[in-house]
Amino acid sequence: MTARANHPPIYLDYQATTPCDPRVVQAMLPWFTEKFGNPGSITHAYGREAAAAVEAARAEIALLIGAEPREIVFTSGATEANNLAVKGAAHFHRALGKDHVVTLATEHKCVLESCRALEREGFRVTYAPVDRAGLVDPAHIAAALDDRTALVSVMLAHNEIGVIQPIAEIAALARGRGALFHTDAAQAVGKVAIDVGAMGIDLMSISGHKLYGPKGIGVLYVRRRPRARITALIDGGGQERGMRSGTLPTPLCVGLGEAARLARLEMGGEAARLLGLRRRLLAGIGVRVPDAVLNGDAERRLPGNLNLSFPGTTAPALMAACPGLALSTGSACTAAEVEPSYVLRALGLEDGLAAASVRIGLGRYTTEEEVDGAVDALAAAARRLARGGVTSAGAGAT
Amino acid sequence: MSACAYLDWNATAPILPEVQAAMASALAHCGNASSVHRWGRAARQAIEEARRDVAALAGAEPDEIIFTSGGSEANHLALRGFAGPVIASAIEHDSVRGARPDAAILPVLADGSADLAALDRMLGSEAPPVLVSLMLANNETGAIQDVAAAARIAHAHGALLHTDAVQAAGKLALDRRALGADLMTLSAHKIGGPQGVGALVASPDLPLAPLIAGGGQERGRRAGTENFAGIVGFGVAARAALSLRAHGPAIVALRDQAARRLCAIAPGAAVFAAGVARLPNTLCIAMPGVPAATQVMALDLAGVMVSAGAACSSGKLRPSPVLAAMGVPEAVADCAIRISLGWSTTAADLDHLVEAWGALYARTRAHAA
Repeated sequence: MTARANHPPIYLDYQATTPCDPRVVQAMLPWFTEKFGNPGSITHAYGREAAAAVEAARAEIALLIGAEPREIVFTSGATEANNLAVKGAAHFHRALGKDHVVTLATEHKCVLESCRALEREGFRVTYAPVDRAGLVDPAHIAAALDDRTALVSVMLAHNEIGVIQPIAEIAALARGRGALFHTDAAQAVGKVAIDVGAMGIDLMSISGHKLYGPKGIGVLYVRRRPRARITALIDGGGQERGMRSGTLPTPLCVGLGEAARLARLEMGGEAARLLGLRRRLLAGIGVRVPDAVLNGDAERRLPGNLNLSFPGTTAPALMAACPGLALSTGSACTAAEVEPSYVLRALGLEDGLAAASVRIGLGRYTTEEEVDGAVDALAAAARRLARGGVTSAGAGAT
Repeated sequence: MSACAYLDWNATAPILPEVQAAMASALAHCGNASSVHRWGRAARQAIEEARRDVAALAGAEPDEIIFTSGGSEANHLALRGFAGPVIASAIEHDSVRGARPDAAILPVLADGSADLAALDRMLGSEAPPVLVSLMLANNETGAIQDVAAAARIAHAHGALLHTDAVQAAGKLALDRRALGADLMTLSAHKIGGPQGVGALVASPDLPLAPLIAGGGQERGRRAGTENFAGIVGFGVAARAALSLRAHGPAIVALRDQAARRLCAIAPGAAVFAAGVARLPNTLCIAMPGVPAATQVMALDLAGVMVSAGAACSSGKLRPSPVLAAMGVPEAVADCAIRISLGWSTTAADLDHLVEAWGALYARTRAHAA
């Protein structure tokens, strides 16, 4: 560990955020400086040039997910997109007599909090359970649906445990009952192939900074045929066809467009490489710490995600014992909380195992050497902590 | 003469070089500010530094700054986050009207200033708690509102006051405490910072329902991974704004000289809100008989960039609700353009404007003759 003390830690938190790809930064920079116009300023060349750049970015994002450019609504990020989808779909359909939303107990906080806000307004929300592998049985969704269901919202790939849900099947169930289907695809876009048409998705949230793009930008995909109707969260200037007002941040839109273009071109090779690294890491841990437990389905998961419990340790102690690794316990949003993850509890994990879990995120810049270094550090720390008892080791954490 | 004269600073300002430099290095940094590891903590520190800088610009405390995706969102958070009835002035930005279509409308006088006697009467008939929304300076005419007086009236009735200071920031000294504003909206890209970031200033004790719920960032008042580079850029721009305000008198001189020359060219030209205190950089002027669309197109072809009101959505030009609220006849309002200057505007830029405007005026006269 001391050998690495003066090096930056190995970054293994790609589900919290990804570095902005230098090619994305290069694409963005001119739009900060000489090309600074407001894309809403249609009266002059600076504004029109910015608007054209935003439209080119919109087309790139659409291409990545099999959508039309007009179906791409820029937001400030996936959290806003999820709020817009869940609250917006529910509010629009309330006027049509619908008052019910179906989601999973393991959704991202921002979907769950949006659902709680709806419950306070009188909506009914069904939180469908998942199995030990983190997957939902579509039969649970089918059973929850009724004629007053406005929306079904199920995350495509999970932010903590990486599992990929049977989205197409769930979307078909929702459509069969006249409900819209929304998926939070912040972790999935650019990592696994997505075709909104083939998968039957009506609304889909995308994040820039999980895709090697910038923070502060995201997208809600809103289907046009048949039209997914939502009520705006932010009204005003009428940008984004009235679905999201506010000056469009041209450099951020351009950055997300470039990130989408790179993902489209490189996703296949990158996924295969990450899958290899993930298997290498899991195999290494399996040999050195045989009682480590993989959380979430072993196969149906993001190529770059592992969630592991190390029995006899706690996550804070483990992370403190591995200062050369940038790891997390789960969602960055709630990283400061000491409570075991509600996600792992929903999988039925015992408190001890849930409290001993870390999320390992691999990505575009992760190397084989880093994976091997992570295995060494984690295995040594886990074995020492399990042998020595957690409390004394945890005291060293500052 | 300058090749290109950018005179649409109220739509967006060019980013400052020091902001660009800070953001370029922030974009190269990887870390989610909510992550507890070293990279996350470094991002957190930079965000808290920016929060102090933005607070200093606004005359507020750091814990009163809620970062948002921009002015529109901040206006929504202020107005939709408030549970009671709202009174909004007739010249507010579209995002204020959009946030609360149910708001009672406070009229403005012909000079462009809000009718504060009417505010007093209206508050007398609304049951508290009421939120009054009055912008500090109008985006189209530049008219500065007496927000301090409005706040005193509001507070006397047990009401709260929100001020949209998006256009005022960087052009006027802001002091939230002296103004008595309970809530204040700011935007980075109007002060040389990046697009896509803004802030709502609000006391931590003020009850405010979040517009965007989720991970609990910004003390639970605005969820979502922080726009790290954007916030860093906002902080640098806020610091710079304190010194850029010194350009104010020079900008006023350039503007007023240009206004005199335009009025000399077109004797019937009308300058709006000329009788009240205005932002140093804003000139809203009508060339009689020539539609704004014709003017902005002709000026654009000549390399002069202005606007015909707010730069939002629209893709189409529409009559300004601000001028309508001032009682300007539609035929006159339809001929109004907005010229807005900034710290890098030169006398040559305004020569360019005056020449292009004069040429257009001469052409239209020739047609009419």
